[in-house]
Amino acid sequence: MVYRWLFFGRKNVRTLRIITFLCQNVGTVRIVLPQVENVRLLDRLSSRKAAVGTLYLTATHVIFVENGSETRKETWVLHSQISSIEKQATTATGCPLLIRCKNFQVIQLVIPQERDCHDVYISLIRLARPVKYEELYCFSFNPKLDKEEREKGWKLVNLSEEYNRMGIPNSYWQISDVNREYGVCDSYPTEVYVPKSATAHIIVGSSKFRSRRRFPALSYYCKDNNASICRSSQPLSGFSARCLEDEQMLQAIRKANPGSDFIYVVDTRPKLNAMANRAAGKGYENEDNYSNIKFQFIGIENIHVMRNSLQKMLEVCEMKSPSMSDFLWGLENSGWLKHIKAIMDAGIFIAKAVAEEGVSVLVHCSDGWDRTAQVCSVASLLLDPHYRTMKGFMVLIEKDWVSFGHKFNHRYGNLDGDPKEISPVIDQFIECVWQLMEQFPCAFEFNERFLIHIQHHIYSCQFGNFLCNSQKERRELKIQERTYSLWAHLWKNRADYLNPLYRPDHRQIWGTLHPQMAPCNFLYKFWSGMYNRFEKGLHPRQSVTDYLMAVKEETQQLEEELAVLGERLANLQKLQLNGNKVKSKQQDRSKELALSASSNSLANTPQEYSNDLKSFPSRSPSQGDEEDSALILTQDNLKSSDPDLSANSDQESGVEDLSCRSPSAGGCLPSEDSGKDSDEAVCLAV
Amino acid sequence: MEFSELIKTATVESVLLSCAGQPAVKGTLCITSHHLLLSSCPGGDGQPSAVELWLLIRNVDAVEKRLVLSHRPVPPSVPSSMGVIPRCHPGTAEPPLPPLPRGPRQWALTSSSPPCPRVQNVGWYQPPRSSGSPRDNRLAGSSGTITLRCKDLKVLQLEIPGMEECLNIASSIEALSSVDSVMMMYPFFHRPQSLRLEEGWPLLPVEQYFQQLALQTTQWRLSDVNRDFAVCPTYPPAVIVPAAVSEETLRRAARFRQGGRFPVLSYYHSRNGTVMLRSGQPLTGPNRKRCAEDEMLLGSVLDDGERGFIIDTRSAQAAKQARMTGGGTEPKSSYPQWKRLHRPLERGRPLQESFIKLVEACNDASLGMDRWLGRLESCRWLSHVKAALSTACLAAQCLDREESSVLVHGAEGTDTTLLVTALAQLILEPGCRTLKGFQGLLEREWIQAGHPFHLRCAHSAYSHARLKQEAPLFLLFLDCVWQLSRQFPFSLEFSEGLLLTLFDNAYASDYGTFLCNNEKERCLCKVKESTHSLWAWLDQPEERKKYLNPLYSPNPLVIWPSVEPQSIQLWQGLFFRWIRSSQYLDEAWAEIWRLVEGSNTAVKESTESRLSRSLSDPTAPTENER
Repeated sequence: MVYRWLFFGRKNVRTLRIITFLCQNVGTVRIVLPQVENVRLLDRLSSRKAAVGTLYLTATHVIFVENGSETRKETWVLHSQISSIEKQATTATGCPLLIRCKNFQVIQLVIPQERDCHDVYISLIRLARPVKYEELYCFSFNPKLDKEEREKGWKLVNLSEEYNRMGIPNSYWQISDVNREYGVCDSYPTEVYVPKSATAHIIVGSSKFRSRRRFPALSYYCKDNNASICRSSQPLSGFSARCLEDEQMLQAIRKANPGSDFIYVVDTRPKLNAMANRAAGKGYENEDNYSNIKFQFIGIENIHVMRNSLQKMLEVCEMKSPSMSDFLWGLENSGWLKHIKAIMDAGIFIAKAVAEEGVSVLVHCSDGWDRTAQVCSVASLLLDPHYRTMKGFMVLIEKDWVSFGHKFNHRYGNLDGDPKEISPVIDQFIECVWQLMEQFPCAFEFNERFLIHIQHHIYSCQFGNFLCNSQKERRELKIQERTYSLWAHLWKNRADYLNPLYRPDHRQIWGTLHPQMAPCNFLYKFWSGMYNRFEKGLHPRQSVTDYLMAVKEETQQLEEELAVLGERLANLQKLQLNGNKVKSKQQDRSKELALSASSNSLANTPQEYSNDLKSFPSRSPSQGDEEDSALILTQDNLKSSDPDLSANSDQESGVEDLSCRSPSAGGCLPSEDSGKDSDEAVCLAV
Repeated sequence: MEFSELIKTATVESVLLSCAGQPAVKGTLCITSHHLLLSSCPGGDGQPSAVELWLLIRNVDAVEKRLVLSHRPVPPSVPSSMGVIPRCHPGTAEPPLPPLPRGPRQWALTSSSPPCPRVQNVGWYQPPRSSGSPRDNRLAGSSGTITLRCKDLKVLQLEIPGMEECLNIASSIEALSSVDSVMMMYPFFHRPQSLRLEEGWPLLPVEQYFQQLALQTTQWRLSDVNRDFAVCPTYPPAVIVPAAVSEETLRRAARFRQGGRFPVLSYYHSRNGTVMLRSGQPLTGPNRKRCAEDEMLLGSVLDDGERGFIIDTRSAQAAKQARMTGGGTEPKSSYPQWKRLHRPLERGRPLQESFIKLVEACNDASLGMDRWLGRLESCRWLSHVKAALSTACLAAQCLDREESSVLVHGAEGTDTTLLVTALAQLILEPGCRTLKGFQGLLEREWIQAGHPFHLRCAHSAYSHARLKQEAPLFLLFLDCVWQLSRQFPFSLEFSEGLLLTLFDNAYASDYGTFLCNNEKERCLCKVKESTHSLWAWLDQPEERKKYLNPLYSPNPLVIWPSVEPQSIQLWQGLFFRWIRSSQYLDEAWAEIWRLVEGSNTAVKESTESRLSRSLSDPTAPTENER
């Protein structure tokens, strides 16, 4: 907090200097036009709220700095966040440029000169589609940590510790070195956990019978009843092929759970898709060939359906003044929530099999790196409270997504590639977590902001965690030596991500979560906090989370203070005198809390509830108008590229300053922290 | 009429009560003149019997009977445990609590159908189960199931042994729940010990509001022109009117407005002195009649050169059509200083149907995620919420931003008009957002202003009775308030709990607050003398706490809500209250209370206790004194 305060006053000067500096250091990419004046930034919700300013193109960011106003609102967008750029037909006022981002920000600019617009467009097209990993932001990003700290950051999440926590290795499961040097499967990690009875021969044999050699390996183990979740890709069964080793592999998984006489094999694809795969020599397990399996399809659609679904939903989000019907129909037609439900259902099925029936489950889809990752991680999250803590959630993503070869680069288009490979697979998982948080508000240690920031950084390429498509590629690139870990960054700022309702001794956090199933009406809701994240006007104007967090801290502080005072009291002889002081101080404090909450409670401006009002000659804008619009301007700082900004500068809700944590902060203005971002930018340029 | 005539069977033993989400209980069912009671059987160990159900019969919206000739176990209540891929529960032949179909059904007799003596003939024969329990031979042990659908949207099932008892109970409930005489209703009999009768009846809310206003302006006066309800039967005796306008002018203006509802002050915006008025539609008729007094009355609100807005809650088309039936709207030529804005809001039957459809959709367990949103859309309820909020915001915007006075009216001026004026005040005026202020707002803008509660809330979403004048405008208002509370979680002093209680009480209540259609009727029925006020009950300290918002901190600003579709949500707390367990959300709410109280009281208490401990003479014996 103090750190952010330091930059408050000097921000403007700093930013400009940085920008000039950045413009001179654009590296390999030639930026035709590094700076355009008199650009207008439009607001989707209100045509009246267009801002005029200067647009800068730097090596890493697009920056819009508003003219004139005291606050100098800035909008920063990382090039890696840009998903599409659209140049629209020139109008009388200029040439519109529409930039859509992967974190669901939509920026509408109007550039006065068509030629300038074209130059910006051409530069951005190139900047937004890097061809080499080395061009990505994480290789130039430097948060000023020394080597030791960087290494410590990468060690924050440790998977072998995680398997130890699950109780592995034990008498049923062991770590296998069969994939040492990625010899068996190049998209798997080197350390794979398999049943003890599965010999290297069985594993290798089974891997030859599985798509991309992704053999069954352990994802989660429940030490209470020995049931486990394993994952693999589809078998190459075609219409009739069999593989003894693969059958033995499944037997071994079953035997590793002596309490149960069968295992579930869950194919997360729709049956039709699985059957179609048989024609290509792939397919699914035949119950007749495998002894003691129960086979189950769960129809989660493929990445192409999901990509289109998201596209349709985003179109709904972008609509200009939609009616309620437009919105609900659009949302339904996108099918997005239906897909979310399908993923949740699959996770719930598996969690139930493991927790209630004590039966092990083998999960696969086609290649076992998209739907399988979603479903395994949802199930783990339901089963184990550990994954609902902040650290545990990082481990979960590391385990089921990063280590098992989810193709981050292809799915999230970090490098210029096949657009058909792009799909919001992990976005869907993150949304599932949010949907669960809505149903179980006390069960998660982290809050919505944590999820949003993780989503942001999956696309930002600011940290090395999600680069490439597999562990093998990451090792070859020496990611850990050349970039920083997101987990360390999030962990450092963990105070921002805490859920105030989470209490380790609360009943709701124990054991398995049992989400409601039926009726599913309104169980799954549209997540405007994510998909309309940058349109602050749509969201609740006051943040309960932040308020409660502040209250919690305040209480803690008071209690500590009280303890100290209590001690002192006991030691002092003039009890009466001291007692009065404490009493009055206590009252002051509670007054302060109330005051700061109310004085900043909120200010907002009305939307366009009517167009008729414009035609009516009204009086000159009142004083109040100006005040309010000034406040609104500052909140637009949120539209900056670093999500941390939005975490801390929501001036509309105005309660953030409570989190300044200094007892005297009650009446102060919220801290302004673009400085932080600028700071990062400086480092990168150095 | 004696209640006893309507009660055919007063008690039945061994009745099984089940409702969604709760275990079924068996007990003795008892019908009294106003209540349905079920007390569970004593456990045999001399345990006192517990009352499991205490239902106000007025709360029953629809009664459905189903007769079963073979004895069979009651279907289990809706399982609340974790299910998997939705599939049929092997044990049940039919889904529990099937969604209510509209229209006739072979076996369901509804309260709208006349009592049928041959009811056994249409009884539903349970087909023999192919699997499971052998068929019960004792046909004599036939029983019936009564499904009670309540106005608060709760659904209860009573399994009653004996066919005759079942029919008697059902018809008794039907008869008692459809008693329409106000004086026979429970509030006239309810005598809680903790309250005195005259407590809590707001003493002249309009007069009180005027006193506040009089401190700020002299442009307005309190008029008793409606002293004996002679000028306008639906207005209270006292109304606030422009100081410059005489009683005679008011009388004449009243004749030009539907229902005599001449323009009166609804809200004074102290920030800039603009006002919000409300009225009925002007009776211009097809000949475009004018009324000099009405024009003068409205003219006196605005200074020279000032402009005002008339917000008509009908479409321009509908307003024009109203001329054919004697109504109409203010023509520009006669009211040159006023600009008319049309904001059509749904009311009457379409609104009631929207409510019915929404409740049906919420109860439809067979709806998958792929069809739910479309179904929600087709109910149109959320569109109505959005429209109501937008119109209220428009009114508030005119007052606060354009600094112009506003007149709001629809047709009668008792429904959508009040919806808009009440919401606009909540948005603008911090004083209305406290528990006390909100009660005052409801009193002034809904109860005293003559919203016909008795007609509008006669039936809720389940009733099969032919719709007359039912319309859930008050519910729509509460829903909009809930939307505000969701968008501004710190700015309202009261919680969702209060809104739910108000909804319940508007439809069926122990208290007299929402009885009758207007002040005149309430005077005739001596409501204030013979019933208790809901406010008195709510203001008791232990009750009051249930309705407070732990996060409240007074917000002196206008709260402009977002009316984008993304910001409007379905009110789960109401529409899913009896359908889905809210256990985890309740726990979260309790946790919020714990946190906030922890910071306020716990610390304070501990300070004090610690202080007193240290302040008290340490040598004095304090504990374990014998």
